[in-house]
Amino acid sequence: MIGFRIAAAEFQPEAERDSIAAPTCGGYVSFEGWVRNRNEGQEVLYLEYQAYEALALKEGNRIMTEAAERFPVQHALCIHRVGKLEVGDLAVWVGVSAGHRDEAFRACRYIIDEIKHRVPIWKKEYYSGGDSGWVNCEACAQHANDGQHN
Amino acid sequence: MKKLNIEYFAILRERAGLDRELVETDLATPAELFAELTRRHGFPEMATVKVAINDEFGDWHAELQDGDSIVFIPPVAGG
Repeated sequence: MIGFRIAAAEFQPEAERDSIAAPTCGGYVSFEGWVRNRNEGQEVLYLEYQAYEALALKEGNRIMTEAAERFPVQHALCIHRVGKLEVGDLAVWVGVSAGHRDEAFRACRYIIDEIKHRVPIWKKEYYSGGDSGWVNCEACAQHANDGQHN
Repeated sequence: MKKLNIEYFAILRERAGLDRELVETDLATPAELFAELTRRHGFPEMATVKVAINDEFGDWHAELQDGDSIVFIPPVAGG
């Protein structure tokens, strides 16, 4: 199984792990991305992920296929949450099973790195001061405005 | 005039105050369309914006076709 999914509600990574176990596999590597309570000096209370689902699924599945072509893995699965998430919640999960550990580690790393950069999913953080912002969008906008005023 | 279905996400959705809109235009390319919508909605300047045409990554200089679905993709932040 090679696949990328989007989940609108909490899911159980243990169940996903069991779904990619196989007798041909000697290694399993997983990555969990959690909601952290701070970002760039601000206290984060909760956040919201939004996806352009039609293209996110296409691009996510392309990344999974690339990973399976580059590294000889048996199964590779990635699930990304959307909606409102609290500090400590599971935001993204990657699981890879393979004959040997090296390809499992490398495929897992490849998948999470590419997912972060390529899949049209956005994150809005809500801060303790009452402020909020779309990560990577507002900061750029601010810098652009700074540039204009200087 | 071409009719285009524009869908907005994230910061663009908030600035436009719309999830989607139908735009009738003679503009030729997504680049011209984004410039026009930026003027209209006050979109911020962002490092790298991409465009999707009919749910696939597209070219800023592609020729827009009647009935196209267009999504502008501000910098992503998954993971």
